[in-house]
Amino acid sequence: MTFDLKIDEPHPEHRADGLAQGVLEQDNDRPDGWLKVAGTATYAAEEQADDMLHGFLVRAPKIGAVSCPNVDDVRAMEGVRSVLRDPRMIRNAAQGTANEAPAQGVDRAAYVGQPVALVVAESFEQARHAAQALVVSVEEEDKPVQPDAVEPEKPEDKSTELGDLDRAMSEAAFTVDAVYTTPSMVSAAMEPHAATAHWDGETLTLRGSLQMLKFNRNELADSVGLDPKHVRVLAPYVGGGFGSKLGISADCVAAALAAMELKQPVRVVQHRRNVFEVNTRRSETRQHIRLAADTEGRLTGLGHEALVSNLPEEEFSEPVIQGSHFAYAASNRTLGMKVARIHRSAAGSVRAPGESVGVTAFEVAMDELAQAAGVDPVNLRLRNIPEKDPESGKPFSSHRLEAALRQGADAFGWSHRHAAPRQQREGEWWIGTGMAAAFRVNMVIEAEARISLTRDGATVMSDMTDIGTGSYAIFGQIAAELLGLPLDRIDAQLGDTRFPPGSGSGGSFGAASTGTAVWLAGMEIRKQIADRLGCSEAELTLKDGKATYANKRASLRDLLSDEPITGHGHVEPGEAAEKVRQATFGAHFAEVAVSDVTGEVCVRRMLGSFAAGRILNPRTATSQCHGGMTWGIGMALTEELTHDRRDGHAVNRDLAGYHLPVNADVPPLEVHFVEELDDWAGPMQAKGIGELGICGAGASILNAVYNACGARVRDMPATPDRVLAALPS
Amino acid sequence: MKPFDYQRPDTLSGAHGAARDGATFIAGGTNLIDLMKLEVMAPDTLIDISRLGLDRIVPHGDGLHVGATVTNSDLAADMRIRRDYPVLARALLAGASGQLRNKATTGGNLLQRTRCPYFYDTATPCNKRSPGSGCAALGGEMRNHAVLGTSEHCVALHPSDMAVAMRALDVTVEVEGADGTRSETALDDFYRLPGDRPDQETTLDAGDLITGVILPAPFGGRQTYRKVRDRASYAFALVSVAATVRMENDRISNVALAFGGIGTRPWRDPDVEDLLTGETPTTALFEKAGDILMKDAVLREGLEFKDTLVRRLLTATLTEMTQ
Amino acid sequence: MKTSFTVNGSPFSIDLDPRVTLLDALRDHLNLTGSKKGCDHGQCGACTVLVDGRRINACLSLAVMHDGDEITTVEGLSEDGRSPLQSAFVRHDGMQCGYCTPGQLCSATAVFREIAEGWPSHVSETLDGPYALTREELAERMSGNICRCSCYPGINAAILETAEEDAGYAEAAE
Ligand SMILES: Cc1cc2nc3c(=O)[nH]c(=O)nc-3n(C[C@H](O)[C@H](O)[C@H](O)COP(=O)(O)OP(=O)(O)OC[C@H]3O[C@@H](n4cnc5c(N)ncnc54)[C@H](O)[C@@H]3O)c2cc1C
Ligand code: SF4
Ligand code: FES
Ligand code: FES
Repeated sequence: MTFDLKIDEPHPEHRADGLAQGVLEQDNDRPDGWLKVAGTATYAAEEQADDMLHGFLVRAPKIGAVSCPNVDDVRAMEGVRSVLRDPRMIRNAAQGTANEAPAQGVDRAAYVGQPVALVVAESFEQARHAAQALVVSVEEEDKPVQPDAVEPEKPEDKSTELGDLDRAMSEAAFTVDAVYTTPSMVSAAMEPHAATAHWDGETLTLRGSLQMLKFNRNELADSVGLDPKHVRVLAPYVGGGFGSKLGISADCVAAALAAMELKQPVRVVQHRRNVFEVNTRRSETRQHIRLAADTEGRLTGLGHEALVSNLPEEEFSEPVIQGSHFAYAASNRTLGMKVARIHRSAAGSVRAPGESVGVTAFEVAMDELAQAAGVDPVNLRLRNIPEKDPESGKPFSSHRLEAALRQGADAFGWSHRHAAPRQQREGEWWIGTGMAAAFRVNMVIEAEARISLTRDGATVMSDMTDIGTGSYAIFGQIAAELLGLPLDRIDAQLGDTRFPPGSGSGGSFGAASTGTAVWLAGMEIRKQIADRLGCSEAELTLKDGKATYANKRASLRDLLSDEPITGHGHVEPGEAAEKVRQATFGAHFAEVAVSDVTGEVCVRRMLGSFAAGRILNPRTATSQCHGGMTWGIGMALTEELTHDRRDGHAVNRDLAGYHLPVNADVPPLEVHFVEELDDWAGPMQAKGIGELGICGAGASILNAVYNACGARVRDMPATPDRVLAALPS
Repeated sequence: MKPFDYQRPDTLSGAHGAARDGATFIAGGTNLIDLMKLEVMAPDTLIDISRLGLDRIVPHGDGLHVGATVTNSDLAADMRIRRDYPVLARALLAGASGQLRNKATTGGNLLQRTRCPYFYDTATPCNKRSPGSGCAALGGEMRNHAVLGTSEHCVALHPSDMAVAMRALDVTVEVEGADGTRSETALDDFYRLPGDRPDQETTLDAGDLITGVILPAPFGGRQTYRKVRDRASYAFALVSVAATVRMENDRISNVALAFGGIGTRPWRDPDVEDLLTGETPTTALFEKAGDILMKDAVLREGLEFKDTLVRRLLTATLTEMTQ
Repeated sequence: MKTSFTVNGSPFSIDLDPRVTLLDALRDHLNLTGSKKGCDHGQCGACTVLVDGRRINACLSLAVMHDGDEITTVEGLSEDGRSPLQSAFVRHDGMQCGYCTPGQLCSATAVFREIAEGWPSHVSETLDGPYALTREELAERMSGNICRCSCYPGINAAILETAEEDAGYAEAAE
C-alpha cells in the first residue's frame, strides 16, 4: 500500500522525536563503508564478462563539420570490432532531470572535445590505440568561444528590478561597486564516467556512473530509441558525481549502441581527459555586484548581475543570483542574468549551482562593505537579515542564519580578530581571519521508496543512488527508527531502476526527498502493524523487534506471517514551495597565512556552522560539509579550467593541470550544526546538507586573505600570482 | 598506446645491443607511460633498464655516484644525500608524490619531458612533439611556460625539481653510448636550448644510456630548495630556487643558484653568482642579482608574474641564507 | 608476454599484451577491482598498490615490468576487510563515494613503513629523522591520494588513530 504525501502544509508534529529505536540522528557507520574499505563495492566499470568488449571515445579536435577519412583502415586494425559513428551518440551529457536525450550527432562538432566516434575492440589497449589512430578531419567553422565575444541573451524571468538602485548608490553612506570573476570549474569526481552495457535482444541493461536513475533511464531510452520499459539502469555505487553525473553521459549512450550493434557486452570508460570536456562544467562567471548601505551598514540597495555561458540549445544557465534574491534585505534591487552562447564545452550543474559561485562573490563584496563602513563583518550580516523574503514577501519557512553566525563566531573565537588588515605576522607570513555567510535554496522533489518487512528484517528499495552522500546509511536509519529494528536488520538496496523511482542525488534533495519516501513507506508499515495489534499507528511503539501498545506486547516475528509486509512511500513537492521561502543557512570562518614573499596562501583552520533542519546522521552530514568546505578552498585558491582563447578547448584537462585540493591543502575543519526543525520540510523536518557547505566557503578564505595581507582578490582562484598582484606595496 | 616490443636485458651490453636498433629505454615509466598512453611518444621497442644494477649510490672520489635507476625516494632518503647534499634531498621531496617518487628514477627525472599542455595534446601543433608543426602555446594559454631561454619555436619549461638542485650542485651526467663508450657531461652542458629544434632536448645521441650522475665533493655551507606552486603538494613548480651559499667574514664567499619554473632548462646564470661572490649581503645586492637574472627574460602574456615572483623568491632566499 | 607475480600472497602467471598496465592487469585480468582507476596518468593516487612493500601508482607501470614482484592490493590488506586501519576508516567516515579509498588505504600502509624507516618528507623540519607521524607530516605524505569528496579530515583521523593505537602496526607493515 502506498502512503502519498504532497508537501502543502507544515508538519509541526515532530514524530521522529517520539520514536523508540533511537537510531535516527545518531552518529552511525555507513554500512557501505565496509565494502568500500575492503575494495568490494563495485563501480560501473567493474563488472566482468568473458566476452566483454571495450569502447574508447574519440573527440573532435576542432569545431565544425566532422569526417573520418580512415575509418575503414581503423576497422581493420587488430581486435577492432566496430567504429561507431552513430547519429544517436550524444553531444554532451544531459542536463539534470532532462528526462530526454540531449543534443545528438557526430557529424558536426559544436565544441572541441565533442565525442564523434566510439571505437570498440576486444581489449582496452586495442580500442585505445585504434581510437588514437582514427583521423578526425574537421572543416573548421568560426564560432565564438569567449563570453564577451557575443551579445548575450537576457532571460527576463530570472531578473528582479525593485526600486531604484542607481539612486540608492548615489545616496548611500557607503557603497561597493566591483566586478568579480570565477573561472570554469569541473566536478572531477574520482570515478570517471563509465558504463557497461548488455543487450539481450529486448532489454538493455546498463551499469553506469549516474546520479538520477529514473531520469537517466528515460534519457538513455530516448537517446537510443527504446521504450524505457526495456531499459534497466544500475548504479549501486558511484564514485562521486557532484552534478557531473546528473544526466546521461556519452559513455552510456555509446556503450548501449555498441552493445546493441555487436550483441555483446561493451564497457566504455571515459578517459580522464574526456571527462573534462564531455560532461558539463560549471560556467565561468563575471559578476557585477553593487551594494549601497547607510551609515550603520544597513543595505539600502543591492545589485547582482552576472554573465555566464553555455552552448546553443542548452537550457541550463548557472543561476548565479539564486541566493541573492533572498539573502539580504534591501529595498532597491537589481538582479539579472546574461547568458553568452559560445562554443566551449557544455555548462551544467556542479555542486550547488548558483550559490557556490554567486554567494561566494557576493560575500566577498559584503566583506568589502564591512571594511568600508567600519562594521564588523558578522554584525554586518546580522544587520541585514530580512524578516521575510525581500522580493516575494513570503515568510521564511525557518531562518537560522543569526544562530549560525553567532554560534560559529563564538566557536571560532571571532572576537579576538584584528579588524584592520596586516596586523599579525609570523616571519614572512601574514595571518588573518575572514568569514562569510552561507545560503542555499532548499527543495524537495518527487520520490518513491518501498520497504519490505519480513521476519528477518527489512529491505529498503529505491532507485536512489548513494554517490557518497550517505543514502545507504540514512535510509537504513530511517527504516530502523520507524520499524523499531536494530540497524543490522535493515538492508538498503539502491541504484537499480527495478526499484521504485527515488529522487536521485542532486541539488542536496536526496536525503530529504527519498528519505521522506522511505519514512512514508515505514509509516505505512507501522499502520499495518498497528492494525494487527488493534491500535492506531500513533499508539504503537516499535523497538528492538517488538511491538507494544498499552500492555500488549508482541514480537515482530510473531506478528508477521510468511508474507512480508510492504509499504510504499511517495512524496511530492506541493504548495509549500508557493507559501514559504525555504532555504538552508550557515556561516563560514577561516584563518589563513599568506606569504609576503610568494603570495602563497595556506588555510590554517576553517569552521562552519550550518542550519539544515534535522540532521539525520551527524557523521555523514559532517563529511558532506567537509566536502563543501574543501571545495571552497579549491574555488578560492586552486581550481581553474583554462580555455584556449582561439578555440575554447579545455587546456589543462587533467588532474595534474586542474588543481584539486590535496590533503596538505586542507587544514582541520570544524563543523557545527545549528538546531533546527523546519516544519515545512516534511514529516522529518530535514533539509539538504550536501551543498550548503560550499556556498560562501571560498569567500571566508578570500576575506581572510584580505584581513591577513590587504590583498583583495576579486578574480578567483587566488593563486600566488594574483595575490602578489593585489598585495599593497 | 602503440603496440611495442618489450625487452628486459639484465646486462648493460644487452641494453646497448637492443638500443642500437632505435629502441627507447624505460626506467620508472612514470613519464614515458604517461606520454605513450596519449601517443605523444610511440616507441616500437621498450628496453626496461630497471634490472641492470644501476640502482646503487656509491662513493666516487670525494663525491658520490648515483646510479641511473636509483629511485627519487631512495635518493632522498639516503643519509649521505640528506647530510651532504640537502638541497638535492629537499628538491626531490618537493616533487611529485610519495608513490611517484618510489618509481621515478634519477635518469628518468633528468629526461622527463615538459608539462606544456599543448605538448600533451596531439590535436594541437607542437614543435617539440612533431618538429615543424608550429607551437600552439604561443598565442595560446601560457602559465607553466618559460621566460628564459625560449625561442619563437618553443617556450616549454623543463619541469624537474631534482635537476634544478643538481644544476646548483654542479653534477656530471655519466653516459654510455650504444657502442659501449663511456662519457661524462657536466649538467651545465647537458640540456640544449630549444632554438629551432625544441625536440632535441639534450646532448644525448640516439641509444645513449645514462648510467649515473656524479655528485662532486660536498659543498658544505647552507643549502635550500624552495618551490612555489599552485597547491601545497603534488604540483609542479611555478617558480623554484635551489641555493647553496657559503659565507666568510659576513661576505658571500661562494654561491650557486639554480632556478626552476623560469627556464627552458634548469636555469643557472654565472653572472648572477659573479655579482654576489665576495659581496656583503644586502637587499639592494639581491635585487640587482634579480635584475641580472631576468635581463633577457621574455615575459609573454600570462607569464609576467614570473618576473615578480622569481625576484622576490631570490631576495627572500638569499636574505635567509646569508643571515 | 608471459608474466608471473604474486598478488596478495597468491602466485599468478598470465599472458599479457605488454601494453597492459599493472592496474589493468589487476582489474581486468585478475578481477581484483579494488584498485581504482581515477586518471590513468599518475595524477590521483586511486590506483595505489604496494609492490614489495612500497607504494606505487599501478596505472603508470606496465604489468610486464613486475615479473617476480610481490604485489599487495586493498583486497590483500586484511583477511576480512576489517584491519584496524580499515575499521578506523569506517569509524571516522574516511570515505564518502569510496572511490579513492583503496588507494588511501594502501598509501597509508606504506606511510607507516616510510615513517618507521625514517624517511623525511617535504614538510620535515630537518632531514635528520626520525619522524613522528604528526598531522602535518601525514597530510604531506598522503597528498598523492586525491579525494574529491574531500574526506581528508576523516582519512587523517583514521590513520593517526591507527598509528597511535597500534604502535606495532608500523613494524608489522614491514
Ligand atoms: C602527476 C605527476 C606529478 C609530477 N610532479 C613532479 C614534480 O613536482 N617535480 C618533478 O620534478 N617531477 C614531477 N613528476 C615527474 C616525475 O618526476 C618523472 O615522471 C620521473 O622523474 C621520471 O622518471 P622515470 O624513471 O619514471 O622515467 P621514465 O618515464 O622511465 O623515462 C622518462 C624518459 O627518460 C628516458 N630514460 C629514463 N632513464 C634513462 C636512462 N637511464 N638513460 C637514457 N634514457 C632514460 C626514457 O626513455 C624516457 O624518455 C611528476 C609526474 C607525474 C606523473
Ligand atoms: S611551447 Fe614547446 S612544447 Fe609547448 S606547444 Fe610550443 S613547441 Fe610544443
Ligand atoms: S589512476 Fe593511477 S594515479 Fe590516477
Ligand atoms: S571518497 Fe570519494 S573521492 Fe575519496
